[in-house]
Formats: sequence, C-alpha cells, structure tokens
Amino acid sequence: MRIVCPFCGERELGEFTYLGDAKPVRPAADAGEDAVFDYVYLRDNIAGVMNENWYHGGGCRAWLKVTRNTLTHEISAVEPAPGAGAAKVDA
Amino acid sequence: MKYSIFSLARAALSGHKNWQRTWRDATPKDRYDVVIIGGGGHGLATAWFLASEYGVRNVAVLEKGWIGSGNAGRNTTIIRSNYGLPGNTGFYELSMKLWERMEQDLNYNSMVSQRGVINLYHSDAQRDAYARRGNTMRINGIDAELLDLAAVKKMMPFLNFDNARFPVQGGLLQRRGGTARHDAVVWGYAHAASGLGVDIIQNCEVTGFVRDANGKVTGVETSRGRIGAGKVGMAVAGSSSRVADMAGLRLPIESHVLQAFVSEAIKPLIPNVMTFGAGHFYVSQSDKGGLVFGGDIDGYNSYAQRGNMPVMEDVCEGGMALMPMIGRVRLLRQWGGIMDMSMDGSPIIDKTPVDGLYLNAGWCYGGFKATPGSGFVFAHLLARDTPHEEAARFRLDRFRTGAMIDEKGQGAQPNLH
Ligand SMILES: Cc1cc2nc3c(=O)[nH]c(=O)nc-3n(C[C@H](O)[C@H](O)[C@H](O)COP(=O)(O)OP(=O)(O)OC[C@H]3O[C@@H](n4cnc5c(N)ncnc54)[C@H](O)[C@@H]3O)c2cc1C
Ligand SMILES: [Zn+2]
Repeated sequence: MRIVCPFCGERELGEFTYLGDAKPVRPAADAGEDAVFDYVYLRDNIAGVMNENWYHGGGCRAWLKVTRNTLTHEISAVEPAPGAGAAKVDA
Repeated sequence: MKYSIFSLARAALSGHKNWQRTWRDATPKDRYDVVIIGGGGHGLATAWFLASEYGVRNVAVLEKGWIGSGNAGRNTTIIRSNYGLPGNTGFYELSMKLWERMEQDLNYNSMVSQRGVINLYHSDAQRDAYARRGNTMRINGIDAELLDLAAVKKMMPFLNFDNARFPVQGGLLQRRGGTARHDAVVWGYAHAASGLGVDIIQNCEVTGFVRDANGKVTGVETSRGRIGAGKVGMAVAGSSSRVADMAGLRLPIESHVLQAFVSEAIKPLIPNVMTFGAGHFYVSQSDKGGLVFGGDIDGYNSYAQRGNMPVMEDVCEGGMALMPMIGRVRLLRQWGGIMDMSMDGSPIIDKTPVDGLYLNAGWCYGGFKATPGSGFVFAHLLARDTPHEEAARFRLDRFRTGAMIDEKGQGAQPNLH
C-alpha cells in the first residue's frame, strides 16, 4: 500500500500513521452519555469504501483524509484534512 | 469412529488406504435448538461442549467456507494463561486446563505441546512489571517463574546478549504454556462434536436473521436456505461487525489484519515460545522445523486477509535484534488474518440486546489460546442463559458502564492493543 500525499507525492506506508474512521464527530459537551459512548466506543467497521484520517508524520506532517477500500486496500482519493498542518497552505 | 493404537496400526498396515472420514458433512435440517455461526475453533468447541457438557445435541455449526479457513487456521498457535487482570486471569487458566485434557476428551491428537512460553525483559521497569504479573498468576494458582539473566542464558544460549540497546536481563516463564497444532484443534472438535450428533455444515454462509413479530431471532437465512433456531450464537471472529450488522447491532469492534510468517525448516533451535519484550516479536519452532513468528497488527481497518511491508520489516528487525543468525534463514511463507479488535483488547461473551442472539467476539490477536475455554463458557451461556462465572466480566455493556478489562492500558484504541 502506498499513499499519494497531495503535498509530497507518492510515499510508502511507513511514513504515515493511521487515526481511524473519519466519520465520528466529537459530541458537544452537553450531548449526554449515549452520544459520548457511541463516539468513543462504537464503530461502523465498514467492509468496503471508508473515509479515514491519516497523518503524514514522516513527510509534510499534514493530516489527510484518505478514501480506501478495506476489502482490497485500494485507495481512491487523498485530500488534505481541512484546517490542519500543511493543509493550511491552500486555505 | 474412535482412534486407538489398534485403529492406527490397522490403518498403517493397510497402506493408509482405509482411513475413515473424521466428521459427517451434514446437510441442513429445518430447525435446530442452537445454531452457531462460524466454524472456527470457537464455534466448533462451543458445539462440542453444548453436546458433551450441557446435553444440547440438536446443534448445527454453519461455516461459510471450510471449517478452520478463518483465524483458526492462520494463527501462530501459542497457548498460555499469563494474564494479570481479574476476568482474564481465571478465564485463560480455565482454558489452559482444558488444553491439558483436550486430546483425551476429544480422542484426537491436537499436538498440545507445553514447551513453555518466556517473555523476555530488557529494563528494570519491565522486570518489575513482569514480576508483578508473575505474582498475580501465582496468587491465582497459575505457574510462573521469573528468570534472571544467567537462567535465560542457560536456556537460550543463542540469543544476542551483547545488544547494547535492548540488553536481555531475564524473562517471565510459564512452563505450562506452549503451542498446539491449530488445524488439528479444529478437526478434533469437529470429529468429537459430529460423533455426538452435531451437524457441521460447510459452504453455508449466513446472510441474514429471521425474526418474529417481537424482534426475537428465530433462525437464519443462509446460502443454503432458511434454517430455524431456538437460539443463535455468533463466533465469527474478524467478521463480527458484519454479521452483527444484519441484526442491526453496532459493536465496539474494528477489524484489523495480523500477519504471520514461517521460515524454511532448520534443525531444532528454539526450545520454547519466546517473546522479545523490547519490540513486538514472538517466535516458536514448529515440529517440522520452520520458525513460526509474528509481531504487531498492521494497525488500520482491513478485511483483506493480507498485510503490508512496514510491519513485515518491523517484525524481521525484532527477530534480528534477538537472534542475528536468523538473517541467514529464508522466509518461506507469509499471510494475514482478520481479527476483531475490541476497544479494550478483551473478549465479549454475552447475550445481545436482540432476543435469541448471543455474541462471542473481540478476541483480538489472542483468541487461539482461548479456544477450549471460549467454547466451554459460550456453551454455558447458550444452554443456561446465564454467564459462566469465569466469563462474567466479558460483558457487552462494559464499555458503557466503565468496567473495561484493559490488560495493556491503551484505552479505546483498538489498533494499539
Ligand atoms: C496471524 C495470526 C496469528 C495469531 N496468533 C495467535 C496465537 O499465537 N495465539 C492466540 O491465542 N491467538 C492467536 N491469534 C488469534 C486467534 O487466531 C483468533 O483469536 C481465534 O482463532 C478466533 O476464533 P475462531 O478460531 O473461532 O475464529 P475463526 O477461525 O476466524 O472462525 C470464524 C469463522 O466464521 C466464519 N464466518 C464468518 N462470517 C460468516 C458467515 N456470515 N456465515 C458463516 N460463517 C461465517 C469464517 O469463515 C470463519 O471460519 C492469531 C491470529 C492471527 C490472524
Ligand atoms: Zn505529505
């Protein structure tokens, strides 16, 4: 598996760190226990195409949003995650 | 069919041409008291204990591929009971005791080999942590020995003791730990369960649940038709989220790939199972002579049953740090398996919120050693509707109530467990 970083180009997997499913959104402070339980512990655990957060620590140190198929490892899109690291260059 | 010295001799003397099939390949009936989804070690052990221990014999095990095609046939075969937290300690020791009598119980040679498991330590802090774990084990009646450097040198003189960065200082040894032949475990349970009337149905994928007006599960839809069930138990390892999803359940689980490796065969070298405490590397030597080893999970969600290069490199570096001479040995094979990583690294054995549906999941990369224990306590739950006392903490709602069993102290980060 190789990831094409929008800033650095195609790089080997070892340069990146996985941060998991990009879908869960941190609930508001007053959202209640159920919302927090859901956010921290439950996962869709998709078998198929999933949006994920990756960190390019061995390169530009930007946060990336990667669209990847968990059944085949095929990557169909990589975008800068809004608001972080080198992504600010474009903002 | 029963194996004995005479049946073995008869088969050998007749040129090995008269071996009988060891289990019946059954066709599905309309209805069973208990249907188990997943023909891995856990599903088959559950069926065996349901029949042999709890008297429930109208049981089917449904397997989408062939039995043992999942993690049961992909793991590195290590068995041990060196856990430190309440919940785990008793359960894994129950499982170890069942390993010790498995061959007699099943009338099948699963090649259980108590060659010892040693976890090496490389720093004072690690020694203290292992001493504490060993003490916990001994308080609970489980064997553990803390070895110093001289004792390790005597037992494994071939290690690299001149490693300045990760000096071996000693190790925590469990002599009753070891390995078992993973395929034979599956075949042994199938052989014994089938003998008590359990139907083992291969090439039968569960594609949905049948539910009555109250939402209770009353059967399953499969690639071989609808099958009715009094109760349905899931033991599908890396597919837990996918199967639970068919019943509308979301689980505290992510699926990740773990790789394993086997080298070409060499003469007997490694007397036990050994783990490198400074990195993540563990190794044993198979009876055929191959070095069987592995390390970390790849660390991202995957259902691909194959891994990637960075972890391969990391695992091999760990091996080289410990035993530089294995650099001369060629790698024969590498493969991956999909594990359901739970949010605290511990298993879940419980009724689900869906009436009639029972869950056995979250074994992470450590569920092979649990095979007999898991079958025993899951059968108890299915037969009696109450948890077995040694599995009472493996609740599905422990993440909500805060009663996690986080042996590694990593929190809700399944890719770190
Ligand atoms: C590389 C590797 C090394 C490991 N090393 C060790 C080790 O040394 N020690 C240890 O204790 N543990 C180890 N493990 C973990 C251990 O193998 C697993 O935790 C354990 O085998 C899981 O239980 P099981 O045997 O029942 O699972 P599996 O054998 O995976 O059984 C689940 C079965 O369910 C079937 N299934 C899935 N979906 C469906 C469906 N819809 N319908 C019908 N059937 C379905 C699958 O085909 C599969 O056969 C390792 C795992 C891997 C991958
Ligand atoms: Zn980059």
